[in-house]
Amino acid sequence: MFKQTTAITAMNLRAIPQRLGTSWVIVIGIAVTVAVLVSVLAMAQGFKKTLASTGRPDRAIVLRGGSNAELSSTLSRENTLTIMDATGVKKDADGKPLASAEMVAVVALQQRKTGTAANVTLRGVGPKAFELRPEIHLVAGRMFQPAVRELIVGKSAVAQFKGTEIGSRIAFRDSEWTVVGEFESNGDAHESELMGDIETVLSAFRRNLFQSVTVLLDSPEAFNAFKDKLTTDPTLTVDVKREAEYYAEQSKQVSKLLNFLAYFVGGFMAIGAIFGALNTMYSAVSARSLEIATLRAIGFGAGAVVVSVFVEALLLSLIGGTIGAGVAWLVFNGNTVNTLGSNFTQVVFHLTVTPGLLLGAIFWACVIGVVGGLFPAIRAARLPVATALRAA
Amino acid sequence: MKYVPLVWAALWRRKARTIFTLLSLTAAFLLLGMLQAANSLFSGGSVNLSAPIMIVQARVSFTSPLPMRLLPQLEAIPEVESVSHSQFFGGIYKDVRNFFPQFAVNPERWHRTFLECRMPDAQYQAWLQSRTGAIAGRLLADRFGWKIGDRIPLTSQIWPLKDGSRAWTFDLVGIFDDVSKDSCVRQGNLYVRYDYFDEGRQFGQGGAGIYVLRLHDPNQAEAVARRVDAMFENSPDETKTQTEKDFSLNFLRQLGNLNLILTGITVAVFFSILLVTGNTISQAVRERIPELAVLKTIGFGDGSVLNLVLAESLLMCVIGGLAGMLLSLVVLKVISKLPFGFPPVTAGLHVWLFAAASMVGLGLVVGILPAMRARNLSIIDALAVR
Repeated sequence: MFKQTTAITAMNLRAIPQRLGTSWVIVIGIAVTVAVLVSVLAMAQGFKKTLASTGRPDRAIVLRGGSNAELSSTLSRENTLTIMDATGVKKDADGKPLASAEMVAVVALQQRKTGTAANVTLRGVGPKAFELRPEIHLVAGRMFQPAVRELIVGKSAVAQFKGTEIGSRIAFRDSEWTVVGEFESNGDAHESELMGDIETVLSAFRRNLFQSVTVLLDSPEAFNAFKDKLTTDPTLTVDVKREAEYYAEQSKQVSKLLNFLAYFVGGFMAIGAIFGALNTMYSAVSARSLEIATLRAIGFGAGAVVVSVFVEALLLSLIGGTIGAGVAWLVFNGNTVNTLGSNFTQVVFHLTVTPGLLLGAIFWACVIGVVGGLFPAIRAARLPVATALRAA
Repeated sequence: MKYVPLVWAALWRRKARTIFTLLSLTAAFLLLGMLQAANSLFSGGSVNLSAPIMIVQARVSFTSPLPMRLLPQLEAIPEVESVSHSQFFGGIYKDVRNFFPQFAVNPERWHRTFLECRMPDAQYQAWLQSRTGAIAGRLLADRFGWKIGDRIPLTSQIWPLKDGSRAWTFDLVGIFDDVSKDSCVRQGNLYVRYDYFDEGRQFGQGGAGIYVLRLHDPNQAEAVARRVDAMFENSPDETKTQTEKDFSLNFLRQLGNLNLILTGITVAVFFSILLVTGNTISQAVRERIPELAVLKTIGFGDGSVLNLVLAESLLMCVIGGLAGMLLSLVVLKVISKLPFGFPPVTAGLHVWLFAAASMVGLGLVVGILPAMRARNLSIIDALAVR
């Protein structure tokens, strides 16, 4: 049985070049489906990764109770001081808490590629912000000075938005700001932002309310004590979240949408590809009908014939899946795109094709191949031997 | 016309193959119809906000409220018929998934500006009487089964009340219909009274949000935009004025270059369907070579044979394409009923034109090579199966 199967399968596979024209239908049909699926999923993956890498286990973010994002949160100055003095917050050498009370404002800039408007986050940060976030470091220029209208800009923001290079002036709110530095931040969400001194930003926007406080904790385990301290304080109504948890929530909506788009579009394309595969395999079986009938007549079993059809379908879809995944990886991996995050502002991220995505996509390609090969294989096994021989 | 039965018979010569190809085509055009409908939304094709309405927002961003004191200056512009202001409320009704927009407005100004939105006069009077009154668009009221007199609790994510709580309650006093053809735009909104909202909120008093201008003449939009923006240039509250249509489009475009993504997918779908259909037609012709030779023998000219094959290919693409497009209408209808809070996507005329052009183009492209082959057949060789 096993010998029969290998013999027929090998013979069949050697004959594929004679049917090359129709075989391409399976290969290309599946390759295109897989390429689309992988590239849209890579978007979801990239967005998630960018936001996830913004969080660190020993940092916590405090927002007003019930606010789901910084933009809708407000904290008074007294509240921010209470939060920064709470237990569990790490102190520097001088005994000052490593915490930053921040304000975010939305600034309209233009996208470099399309010229359309883009909401960009302007973040006013406290003096300890960069000790708090050691991952942020300048790659060009210098740090902003307090009390002067100066900004530093994230690397991704420079790449995507017009007028953000060092030395350029950004005008908003009856004031003009000079870009003095460019920073990197491990490709996380802050790299899509503009940053300036908190007091200068507050005064320019004529506000006296902060939006969030980010603190560095003594250790990741200190979080619960810190949270209990704040939530039991009667002068505060705040939500305390680990940074990682906060940013994971922020990415949920967008990655859900992208995943939906990927499987919705990919699903319909897969249906199309299955019918294409069915056509190819049926015509392969009918081209081989004389051969199959002969084999059956000299004693080969139906099982061996079925396997040979299956293997052909599987092999072709495997090739298609690999080509599709490979093209998606070569062309789209690392592409920079941007979309709206939950602060109503742009988050810049890179398409990320992970090995898991590639394997998953090739798996789906094989599923298409198996479904497309099933009915033709059954037909091959049921081929009436005498009729098929006479037809030739 | 008399050849229709012949083409039809040729098409069904191999039932299974034709059915699979048709199903493939249907899946492709189903996807195409939906993607193009979505695409036209993002490129502005299907947003027909035709009312002469302009939005004045703070230049820095629409999330920064403009102060109330700009109102008299805006009203003094001769081209402006009426001015309304509206502040985004950002409330959650029971669950985050129930998202719908709410705005705090002045009822009289709203009534004068959104002339397309109409409700019975008794309901409008009731709104003027009740400070906690709110009005909902027909779509929104249907979505949650609201009736006049219902209490609507909203938890604002932005605006706490004076006592720090965020639980606001409004009374539904009116349900409005939008009589213009772009009816869906406002019918999913809820409007509450600004005076009640402004008094109740903890901070931000005197902020108007954005201003909505109604013009006498839509052709003056550009001039008005320039005039308004010049009026507040170099003031603490610089403005950006644009038509309502541009405002909505710019908002959608922030989601990213969706046009490009959708176009990319469309091209990919086309490419694979081209291959599937092309393969089917060329197989069909290859199998029928002796039959085509017989046709030529009994007097069909080279041109007629070419046309027969082309007609077959066109017919297949049109049948599959139409089936897909009709299905896409059904699916879009179903999606628009789902509570995603997603803007309604409809396949407009240009989506149908695009689809029709695609069907014909596809039919010609995949048919032309096999058809040429059929035309160039030599009868002797073909009958001898050489």
